[in-house]
Amino acid sequence: MTAAMAEAPQVIVLRGRMVVPGVAEAQALVTRERISGWGGVDPRTGTVVETRHELRGQSFAGRVLVFPGAKGSSGWSAQFHVARLMGMAPAAWLFNEMTTKIALGAVVSHAPAMTDFDRNPLELIRTGDWVRVDADAGLVTITRRSPT
Amino acid sequence: MRLSDEEKAMRDGRDGPTVAAAMDLLIRYGQALGAQELVPTRNVCGTVTASTPFMRDFAATKGGLDAVFSEFNLDSATVVPLPERVRVFTSHLQLGFDPHHPADMGVSEQIVQFYARSEAMAARMGVQMMNTCTPYQVGNLPARGEHCAWMESSAVIYINSVLGARTNAEGRESTSAAMLTGRIPNWGYHLDAPRRATHGVELTIPVETVEDWGLLGYWMGDWVQDRVPVVWGLGEVPNLPRLKHFGAAASSSGGVEMYHLVGVTPEAATLEMATGGRALGEVRRYGRLEREATFEKINAHGQDRGVDYVMLGCPHYSIEQIWEAAQLLEGRRVHANTALWIWTPRAIKSLADRNGYTRIIEEAGGRIMTDSCSAMSRAVPPGTRVVALDSAKQAHYLPAILGVQAWFGTTEQCIDAACTGRWM
Repeated sequence: MTAAMAEAPQVIVLRGRMVVPGVAEAQALVTRERISGWGGVDPRTGTVVETRHELRGQSFAGRVLVFPGAKGSSGWSAQFHVARLMGMAPAAWLFNEMTTKIALGAVVSHAPAMTDFDRNPLELIRTGDWVRVDADAGLVTITRRSPT
Repeated sequence: MRLSDEEKAMRDGRDGPTVAAAMDLLIRYGQALGAQELVPTRNVCGTVTASTPFMRDFAATKGGLDAVFSEFNLDSATVVPLPERVRVFTSHLQLGFDPHHPADMGVSEQIVQFYARSEAMAARMGVQMMNTCTPYQVGNLPARGEHCAWMESSAVIYINSVLGARTNAEGRESTSAAMLTGRIPNWGYHLDAPRRATHGVELTIPVETVEDWGLLGYWMGDWVQDRVPVVWGLGEVPNLPRLKHFGAAASSSGGVEMYHLVGVTPEAATLEMATGGRALGEVRRYGRLEREATFEKINAHGQDRGVDYVMLGCPHYSIEQIWEAAQLLEGRRVHANTALWIWTPRAIKSLADRNGYTRIIEEAGGRIMTDSCSAMSRAVPPGTRVVALDSAKQAHYLPAILGVQAWFGTTEQCIDAACTGRWM
């Protein structure tokens, strides 16, 4: 019994506001650094390219991207628009700071997006967690299968 | 979101499927923001032309320029016809290349022809083909309090802060929707409260030169990110090139879209006016140590002293800056191993032509380019490994985009580097 309990996944539920409707689930990619669109990501590969960014070289394609918010040039939305057409957009977006860049970028990515959470997703979600985003219901379900 | 009868009519197709698609996008976008309503605007700056191979291929397979406009400008998978006319005054921003120099830009004649078709289309729609990141230099100077829908972060911060106009940093899709409807979400910097300062910067050293202002902007943006700083302790009133560089730096190291300079910018006659009487969240001093650390940070990608390429004109040079460059260059020669490209709006280049500055710069071996810049075009002279720049913004982006080394300094240092081939 004890072994089974240790293997039981830890589940956390967050509540927030829908930004873009839809439901998606995928592995989380978490950063505490804001993300720059134009000049900060390569939409053809879905990777972060900004030189001093902690995610440099990592791909957000198909992941639930968890981050504070957007920064940089207003080419932000166009980058993630192209990323969607290339099949390289995030599966879903969870962020804390609302700006026009992230709002428009999320809208044109067509991926479910949420903000205004009851608890800080940057503190509760780790890269690699399995995250289900139900933007329509305002719910984020985080499953951590292998505690470290 | 509350919609007026006029807005509902546009949404419901009174003005055709293209305007309906534009209104649909604005509603989705406004709801994402949490906006209560839309606000009328008569001043839009955006980008509608098609200039990439990706868009050319998209046009070829999905339904021509109508399909490109539907997808890339209105986020509409359904192909709607190109609008006959934009509803409000609209200015075109910079492009992905200078169409006058396709070989230098690394683009084919076919792509230039594809672009020329879309430029003709945009002009027929009534879009002003200013093709610059600085429309405020060439005929689009918003009034204080005017609601605008602009993209291009360095222009957004300039018109909000220096002119007191009201815009958020919009994107390609939202500006396109705005030019067809005369609407944009009434959110963020369109409202009074978000324009007030939240963070304070006290200057403890003189900030005078264009370089000084770029360093202050880069440091300030890095600190406040997307919040609203107010700066006091200023000396001489900064002019257009200084404020242009300052804002561009602050909006690239962080996401600053609005700042105040006490005694200079229109919503900051006093510190109290800038803050709206609220206490500042945090105040920091900017002095010698901060300036030096910022200088080191921007120059972190400089290593080799041999300079292959000197790029000036980020944001696009003013006529005053071209005059300065021409004076610094007159009677000298650009080094055989180095290229000098100066970027400016077409309208300012025609003035430089008339004034004789273009001839001086070309006789020295430099060139004036328009419509774009090296970061936008990803184009640098062949074999470029090391660049020299007088723009903190460009020094921030070029190493990331092109993997080059970058030196940042004064315009004079950059012209010297162009003529000697070395960064001193």
